[in-house]
Amino acid sequence: MTNYLIDYTLHLADNALILGQRNAEWCGHGPVLEQDIAITNISLDLVGQARNFYQYAAELIHQSVDKSTHPATEDSLAYLRTEREFKNCLLVEQPNTDWAQTILRQFFFSNYQFLLYQELQKNNDTQLAAIAEKSLKEVTYHLRWSSEWVIRLGDGTAESHQRMLQAIDELWRYTGEIFTAADYEEEAGVDPSLFQPQWLNKVKEVFDEATLPVPEKTFMQSGGKTGTHTEHLGFILTELQYIQRAYPDSQW
Amino acid sequence: MPVQDFEQLFQDKIDNEVKIEPKDWMPEAYRKTNIRQISQHAHSEIVGMLPEGNWISRAPSLKRKAILLAKVQDEAGHGLYLYSAAETLGMSREEMINDLHSGKAKYSSIFNYPTLTWADIGAIGWLVDGAAIMNQVMLTRTSYGPYARAMVRICKEESFHQRQGFEILLVLSRGTAAQKIMCQDAINRWWWPALMMFGPKDSESTNSDQSMKWKIKRKTNDELRQNFVDMIAEQIKTLGMKLPDDQLKWNAERKHYDFGEINWDEFWQVVKGNGPCNKQRLEARRKAWENGEWVREAAAAYAQKRADRQKDKAA
Ligand SMILES: [Fe+2]
Ligand SMILES: [Fe+2]
Ligand SMILES: [Fe+2]
Repeated sequence: MTNYLIDYTLHLADNALILGQRNAEWCGHGPVLEQDIAITNISLDLVGQARNFYQYAAELIHQSVDKSTHPATEDSLAYLRTEREFKNCLLVEQPNTDWAQTILRQFFFSNYQFLLYQELQKNNDTQLAAIAEKSLKEVTYHLRWSSEWVIRLGDGTAESHQRMLQAIDELWRYTGEIFTAADYEEEAGVDPSLFQPQWLNKVKEVFDEATLPVPEKTFMQSGGKTGTHTEHLGFILTELQYIQRAYPDSQW
Repeated sequence: MPVQDFEQLFQDKIDNEVKIEPKDWMPEAYRKTNIRQISQHAHSEIVGMLPEGNWISRAPSLKRKAILLAKVQDEAGHGLYLYSAAETLGMSREEMINDLHSGKAKYSSIFNYPTLTWADIGAIGWLVDGAAIMNQVMLTRTSYGPYARAMVRICKEESFHQRQGFEILLVLSRGTAAQKIMCQDAINRWWWPALMMFGPKDSESTNSDQSMKWKIKRKTNDELRQNFVDMIAEQIKTLGMKLPDDQLKWNAERKHYDFGEINWDEFWQVVKGNGPCNKQRLEARRKAWENGEWVREAAAAYAQKRADRQKDKAA
């Protein structure tokens, strides 16, 4: 019955958590103090969004299964599912590599999340709509911040331009998956392909100012939304879930 | 006016609790001492991000992850205010950072100890931020205006950190057998280094007298350390844990806790660079700075281009 809604909510949660986890790797290692703070702040926002979605997913699970099973919580969903159960897009699990790739990953994702949450605000599911509405202000900032950095790096020095080209080469192939709806997205009534043109317009606008080329059509990787990930995710989860796996059934 | 008169005026202000501001005349040694102390404090905030940042990816729940991220981010903010305060004395942030990386400037030795388990995050918040607060509350009344004002903002956040750290340990202390062991072990490892944070004994401390006269410091190392011991010795009762000191005992006459002797050899070894993580901490900071160089250059180049374009438009 509400299975598709659970999956969809988990997908939204996983996207936010995994990108939050990736961004947090910069904490204490940023290129300059102000940006260390900014990227940590974005990470914090994303973890916050993930928590809202996981809490809602846990609620949905309670309503749908018999109560005697282990109760789902935000933490059981984040810490005790396996790599094949995670439904995040491949884009968000890609490594930080350098500041250029981190920035570009954020720009691609925030650009998408901004359009998605605007759409989701109008969703029939009032909970999802409320979380989207609440998060939109944060995402608006993430998009502005990352757009500015794409421009700064693209139009900065020869080296920063070169690194942005490299980042585009690495990450462009993960942008197609975002707009190919999984079953649960269709059933939840959110078709991301509808706002792909707007996403692309924004990319063109920002890349243009950044003096960066928009790639021609290339082969797009996919699979994350249905649990077939890149090899990176297993390592992310190994670290993320370590304590809960090592000390089961404990309070923290 | 002869220099003696300036000095007299300066000391009068201090004696009358008037804050010294950036444009005021001040003895060169006062300026230098403040730059050294404030920049060292800023470096401590920044290097201090590393041991705790170490556990962000592994925090045991999403709530703890969010709290820890926010905490480490606060420390970065503290570094930022403090660098700004130090800059008012005429040294740039970049110069200060270079001094950190070359080893010329110091940072608090406490961050040269490793965070081995999750309980260490609790112990750091409770003991390390707790010890820092003792010092920083005093510094809200320090004589140099920008430093004192930075401290007011920082102290509010630090006491929040301390409560959060204590709360981490409280949960562990009421948890499983393994969690209790983890909790006690972290307290055992962090207690003595936390006491060392107050610096050498008053009888050994070289800079203390002048700093007291200039009201840069208002309490001695030993006074602050005693206040800290008194506070923690009470708080630990709630945890049902023990401080690793056989000689810790309430002294009704002194109305203070007596406590054992710090291992001063260890203290000086860590100061000299031989702590368990001195090398890694400094390397991590240098690496972040070096890897960030092209980013800072790009940002500067872009800002310059923009400014030039604006000028062209205006012309
Ligand atoms: Fe601190
Ligand atoms: Fe701090
Ligand atoms: Fe703190």
